[in-house]
Amino acid sequence: MSGVVGASGMGGGGAGSPLLSVQNVSKSFGGIAAVSQISFSVSAGESVGLVGPNGAGKTTLFNCICGQLRPEHGSVLLNGETITGLPVHRRSRLGIGRTYQRVEVFADMTVAEHLLVAERARRGDGRLWRDLCNLSAPRAEELAKVGAVLELVGISDQADIPVSSLGLGSCRLVELARALAAEPVLLLADEPSSGLDVTETRELATVLRTLQRERGMAVLLVEHDLAMVGAVVDRTIVMDLGSLVAEGTFEEVMADPAVRDAYLGVSA
Amino acid sequence: MSQFLGFAIPGIPYGCTYAIVAVGLVLTYQATGVFNFAFGAQAYTSAFVFTKLVQNDGMPVWLAFVLSVVVLAPILGLALDRFLFRKIPNTNTTAKLVTGISLFVGIPSLLPVLFGSQSQFNAPSILFNPNIVYFRLAGTPVNGIYLSSAVVTAAVLVAVVVLMRTTNLGLQMRGAVESRRLVQLDGVIAGKVVATAWAVSSLLAGLAGVLLAPIYGQLQAQDYAALLVAAFAAAAWASLRSMPIAAVVGILMGVASTLLQGYLPPDSTLSAAVLPSLPFIVLFGALLLVPGMRRLDDTKDPLASVDPPAPPTTATLRAPQLSKIIRRLWYLLLGAFIVSMLTWIPPTWENVFNEGLALSTIFLSIILITGMGGQLSLAQATLAGVGAFTAAQLANHLGLNLLVGALVGAALAAAVAVLLAVVSLRLKGLGLALMTIAAALFFDNSIFSLPSVSNGQTQTLRQRWIGLGVFNPNGHALFVLEILVLIIAVVGVLLVRKGTIGRFLTAMRGSEVAAAGLGINLTWQRVLIFALSGVVAGIGGTVLVIQQQAVNTALFNYEFSLVFVVIVVTTGVSTIEGAIQAGISFVVIQQLLTFLPARFGGNSLTIVLFAAGALTYAAHPEGILEYNKRRWTMRFERLLFAGSSDPPSREPAQMAGAGGGTTHHPVTGTTVDTVMVEPLAGHDPGSTR
Ligand SMILES: Nc1ncnc2c1ncn2[C@@H]1O[C@H](COP(=O)(O)OP(=O)(O)OP(=O)(O)O)[C@@H](O)[C@H]1O
Ligand SMILES: [Mg+2]
Repeated sequence: MSGVVGASGMGGGGAGSPLLSVQNVSKSFGGIAAVSQISFSVSAGESVGLVGPNGAGKTTLFNCICGQLRPEHGSVLLNGETITGLPVHRRSRLGIGRTYQRVEVFADMTVAEHLLVAERARRGDGRLWRDLCNLSAPRAEELAKVGAVLELVGISDQADIPVSSLGLGSCRLVELARALAAEPVLLLADEPSSGLDVTETRELATVLRTLQRERGMAVLLVEHDLAMVGAVVDRTIVMDLGSLVAEGTFEEVMADPAVRDAYLGVSA
Repeated sequence: MSQFLGFAIPGIPYGCTYAIVAVGLVLTYQATGVFNFAFGAQAYTSAFVFTKLVQNDGMPVWLAFVLSVVVLAPILGLALDRFLFRKIPNTNTTAKLVTGISLFVGIPSLLPVLFGSQSQFNAPSILFNPNIVYFRLAGTPVNGIYLSSAVVTAAVLVAVVVLMRTTNLGLQMRGAVESRRLVQLDGVIAGKVVATAWAVSSLLAGLAGVLLAPIYGQLQAQDYAALLVAAFAAAAWASLRSMPIAAVVGILMGVASTLLQGYLPPDSTLSAAVLPSLPFIVLFGALLLVPGMRRLDDTKDPLASVDPPAPPTTATLRAPQLSKIIRRLWYLLLGAFIVSMLTWIPPTWENVFNEGLALSTIFLSIILITGMGGQLSLAQATLAGVGAFTAAQLANHLGLNLLVGALVGAALAAAVAVLLAVVSLRLKGLGLALMTIAAALFFDNSIFSLPSVSNGQTQTLRQRWIGLGVFNPNGHALFVLEILVLIIAVVGVLLVRKGTIGRFLTAMRGSEVAAAGLGINLTWQRVLIFALSGVVAGIGGTVLVIQQQAVNTALFNYEFSLVFVVIVVTTGVSTIEGAIQAGISFVVIQQLLTFLPARFGGNSLTIVLFAAGALTYAAHPEGILEYNKRRWTMRFERLLFAGSSDPPSREPAQMAGAGGGTTHHPVTGTTVDTVMVEPLAGHDPGSTR
């Protein structure tokens, strides 16, 4: 299955430099420090969980990494090179894939078209002359690849259905497949299991685990379903009120009193 | 000093009316979220009725004022709220804009249809007599017009301040500034706040209309459109938030325009270029410089996510067999049309259809930018004009063939479109609409009338500029030329639409955030679609003037840009046949109406019809005509496949994703990702032909 989604996963930088490195990143909205002084790193092929209560700043941190937001301080490095100044689409082409907490699908497209767009966007395709010469029809190898990713995520049967007639759970899987079609070296998944039922969640966890193991894709996973986090990640980071409160294996951080405080203090 | 005042004082009546309308704009925008493009038309309506009551029916001025301003204006505003704007969800910026534009275009055309088309002259002044000089200010005579507008404006501003500061309702309206949702959650009060805002601001519009009327000898809708755009500028400098700033900027603009007129050398190019365009330059400046204007559509409201997402556009896939049948029908229709044009259709109607074909080409540019690009541009007639004037001038001065000139003109139109895209990169929705209308007005007033462009005159095209017997009224060369151009343009647009760029644009319309997140360069795509739309508009413009055999500024003024949008929105902005239906139906209806008695208003009625069609945009974003077409094809489909076990027709589906994402965490977590994307285009995968 590793051949299916390509082999760009091993794109780790020089020896020693982590795949993603977040250094002292801060972002505030008005007076609220949504993210303050966060530093951590993710190695190539590693799977890291990012958990914390509502409003902890997880999505904001994702937005800083992907470029939707510009942090006020700090920098983000991919393969040892700083990407803090790059626009969203450039970062994406460097291999950062993402799914969104609030589903962001393309309402006018079928499921398969989502993946085709992802594949072409990654290559920076879209020459006007090619379109005008009618050279833009989906090619066989593109279709094969789209089919393979759909298979992997388990939504092959929905390939030709417009997303506007899918439920929330399926839309999340479409988002995941779309991100995977672009062959990211790092996948940022923002609450991928919300809206999925227990079985679907378990399957999703398996897919993520497989991808990470077999093609070395690093995963940064934001998730409220701690069971799923436990099943997928190698390491867990806990955020609360914009700050990093704990880091370690899943069992370690769950045992950490500071983490209990963070959760109980907010949501009890 | 006395010279200064002598220049400044005549600007006061203008400034006062700008201020009043600007305050009304800010008031409705803050309290209801609607930026009302119809205010100019409402002002015109009150002025029209007021003048008519006094001049034709001999009513006393005070009674006419009460009826037209105090009674009619608020009722009109309440009706607009009740029957149109209240039904549009707050997040659907495009629907609000399109509705406003339809009213902007439709109401002034409706008045002559209702009340007869004779013009109104010499509107009476309220309060003071325009012919009496009441006193002199440093030597400058102050007559009744100045005095009325100053006194009334002062009174109005005081009244609005009192309303906002001291009454309970004012408090709630100011609350709406902070969080519209918070106020609206309290259902009963929300309705009252919204209704009051509409009534009050419409009253202000009516008042401004009546105040402005005596300044002009003849009452004309254009002057009220200019008033509205000036008020746009004032409101924009106030970030659409602060009424005092809007009022002050409005007054300053009025005064500044007469000051400039006084001090600039009268015959200089500078005064020719700057003066008529002052309001548009001011608006342009606000859009570029005022940070609040660039963030208009970013929802900052902490409760924004409580709003339902913009309604999904109906997704109806046709069965492949049906698509094939329909495609064949289109080819058949095209063949029949071409043969008919070449054989039995009389020259009058051939000419009508020729105009329709030229317009269809221009309308294709709207399909590109609005249907595919998801951006509402109000400058498409301007882009067509850039193409047309370029081709005509090149032919006139260099003897370049018009067909070659058309390509140069198209390139220039594309360049202008790119410039427009670049200055408005960070604007969308309302901001972009304002930017493009400012550009259109700027071109109308300052560029197209330049001596080297048109000198404000009509230029007749010569046969030798194009050859091929195109101008021969008994031949079919013009038709052949036009149909060829249209077919080439349609094929080009189709290829782009089903190619990679089309897919990227569809992605962007669905979610800009996700599109960028996949590696699509949003800026580049946007510039590209503007450029393509400029090329098509430029070529269409040249074809139109070839058909008209003449070129002048009146063919391409900003009103046409608005009318064009209204027409295409009615027939369907998301499909390519929408452009062709628009072009043909517009000229055919216009021609048919000439058989009606003049009493029914002729051209005005055509525009009223299309404006009425466009008012349904909120309910049928795919276009009311397209909607009905789909309904009929669906019925047909059911009939056709009635027996089969697997009915291929899919009912309009509902969008599951967008709403679902917000249910999980209704308040937090959704704010960053809530960049609402205009669902401008209906989708229509089935009709990609
Ligand atoms: N665009 C914004 N404007 C203002 N405040 C914001 C914005 N985006 C996020 N915030 C605030 O920043 C804080 C962190 O929000 P964020 O969405 O990053 O949290 P989260 O950890 O993803 O929460 P959740 O688990 O609910 O998704 C919250 O207090 C939120 O209200
Ligand atoms: Mg979040």
